[in-house]
Amino acid sequence: MAEGPLPAAPVLQLAGVRKAFNLGLPTEVEVLHGIDLTLRRGEFCALIGPSGSGKSTLLNLIGLLDRPTAGQLLIEGQDTGALEDAALTQLRGRSIGFVFQHHHLITAFTAAENVMMPLLLDRGWPGEAMRRVAESLLERVGLARWRDYPVNRLSGGQQQRVAIARALAMDPPLVLADEPTGNLDTKSADAAFDLMREFNRSRGTTFLIVTHDPRLARRCDRIIEVVDGRILSDAPVAALAAPAFPPAG
Amino acid sequence: MKRFLPFELIAALRFLREGRMQTAFILAGVTIGVAVIVFMSALLAGLQANFIKRVLTSQAHVMLLPPEEVARPQRGGEPGVVEDAVVQRPAQRLRSIDQWQAILGQLREMPEVRIASPVAAGSALAVRGEASRSVTVTGVEPETYFQVVRLPDNIAAGTPRLTSQDIIIGTELARLVGVEVGDRLRLSAASGRDAVLTVTALFDLGNKQVNERSVFVALRTAQSLLGLEGGVTSLEITVGDVWAAEVIAQAIRRLTGIRADSWISTNIQFFTAVNAQQMTNTLIRVFVGLSVALGIASVLVVSVVQRSREIGILRAMGARRGQVMRIFLIQGGVLGLLGSLSGSLLGAGAVIAWHSLARQADGSELFPLILQASLFLGAAVLAMLTGVLAAMAPALRAARLDPVVAIRG
Ligand SMILES: Nc1ncnc2c1ncn2[C@@H]1O[C@H](COP(=O)(O)OP(=O)(O)OP(=O)(O)O)[C@@H](O)[C@H]1O
Ligand SMILES: [Mg+2]
Repeated sequence: MAEGPLPAAPVLQLAGVRKAFNLGLPTEVEVLHGIDLTLRRGEFCALIGPSGSGKSTLLNLIGLLDRPTAGQLLIEGQDTGALEDAALTQLRGRSIGFVFQHHHLITAFTAAENVMMPLLLDRGWPGEAMRRVAESLLERVGLARWRDYPVNRLSGGQQQRVAIARALAMDPPLVLADEPTGNLDTKSADAAFDLMREFNRSRGTTFLIVTHDPRLARRCDRIIEVVDGRILSDAPVAALAAPAFPPAG
Repeated sequence: MKRFLPFELIAALRFLREGRMQTAFILAGVTIGVAVIVFMSALLAGLQANFIKRVLTSQAHVMLLPPEEVARPQRGGEPGVVEDAVVQRPAQRLRSIDQWQAILGQLREMPEVRIASPVAAGSALAVRGEASRSVTVTGVEPETYFQVVRLPDNIAAGTPRLTSQDIIIGTELARLVGVEVGDRLRLSAASGRDAVLTVTALFDLGNKQVNERSVFVALRTAQSLLGLEGGVTSLEITVGDVWAAEVIAQAIRRLTGIRADSWISTNIQFFTAVNAQQMTNTLIRVFVGLSVALGIASVLVVSVVQRSREIGILRAMGARRGQVMRIFLIQGGVLGLLGSLSGSLLGAGAVIAWHSLARQADGSELFPLILQASLFLGAAVLAMLTGVLAAMAPALRAARLDPVVAIRG
């Protein structure tokens, strides 16, 4: 990937990461079998693979929503294995943005309030500065005039754009998106995808996007394919001769 | 978004507002519960205060009597109405308290005793023309006695003057025998003696029995009428702390060796009844509080389930467990507080309505309107605490939600 003499700093490093569920029970299953992965600043990556291959599980580990059963996971060089729950929560809030398949906005709040939510959670009290951050982000995603609307008055595509703005509110180094366009029509999906691309270019934010859409995956810089809990292939898009996933999906 | 509110409070209020129906129903429930408590407590306090006021306007705090005389409380009045006991001396040969001047001196030395006043009392007939009524003649020293029984504060007509030629009677007696201020009234005692006195004032002590039965004359006048020259039948005392009256009465008994009855002991039935009522009241409070708590808890449990995905999202965005927990604790507290405010209003309204509707047979108020700020403050604080406590289990559950599971839904 980084061809230049000075590779960008790693945002995320995984070494031998394993995840098993139902530990110790007769039904114990290992879903991830030793994942090694490094994401650098400014990378725009697609994570693909068949259903049940462990993509969401991997994203939850990277997002510090869950802990690996084995292996090392470093965020911006910091080992997360030894962190307490509270420290993990803080690191998650500050370093990682999330975009989910279903927009997952908080319906009791307006669009602008949803966007500033990560800042609000971090500081504890609302402030003028976070309000401005939210407004400028909403402007960037083209929803400035909706800022004071309750989010359930927005369309699905608009809601996903609010969610993208929200993921960037803390200006995190890494944004994780689990099938962010899965629920959108092609036009809205493209719009959402373009937005993420734009933020990636303008801010240098690293994106890791789970997608089943080969068209969108091919528009990323790098495609990581997971099959049966292992990384099957990991290559820059330009180097890919043929689609790395089964047709149709 | 209000800038002076912390995130947790903002989120709690938004969640409550969003869950309109649930919030409305549980608020109605808390309101009714608190209203019942406020109504009951205010009513009870009113009835109690009413009784105590009535007793203490017509009765001394402590009364010293000659040994064999037994003061017996009598119950009377209309059924269903809390009526105070009237202490009446039995009709027997009047006996004076031995060496009452010395005892009076001792009493006046006691720091707990504010006023001690000698009284000579007995029965007589009040006669005016054809009409006659049997009355209790109470001979008093106005300067001291009027501080024990506040007759001057309860004068309906005339001025409360008591020279040896004067008499003050109750409004009821005045009506029955047909006299007015300035008229003359004859008292004749069982001893055969009698006195013709000028009515200087009519009193109304708020008690029909007392207003009909009691007449007040100068101590001297009573002594000669009742054949008790130089003697008194009781010493009546006002104390600083009315609730210490029984303790003081016991101290007086030990000190002087003669009978001393406090207003508490002569109204013991009333206090027994009050205690029973208070216990019932407490029980009702506990159960209302419990059902309010359970109501709030169940609403919040449902809310946690409904919002588990949102809770997961908040956690993903950096919400700490404590923040999630506080959102729900605050919801409980707010439900309790708002419910107690509207409940207090409703309860107070009900008491005011009841106060103006429920009247005694003679049209006077059944109980004084007592709406203490402390009752409402207490209700508010207690309801808020109940709400927070009730929210504990749901809040813990919310805080412990695994964000991965919650987000997957
Ligand atoms: N909490 C859990 N307990 C037990 N098994 C789990 C748990 N979570 C996930 N799994 C299992 O792990 C495997 C991988 O699931 P995961 O959701 O990561 O797949 P995925 O690649 O995201 O699939 P999809 O493309 O359908 O979203 C599945 O077989 C799933 O059943
Ligand atoms: Mg998945």
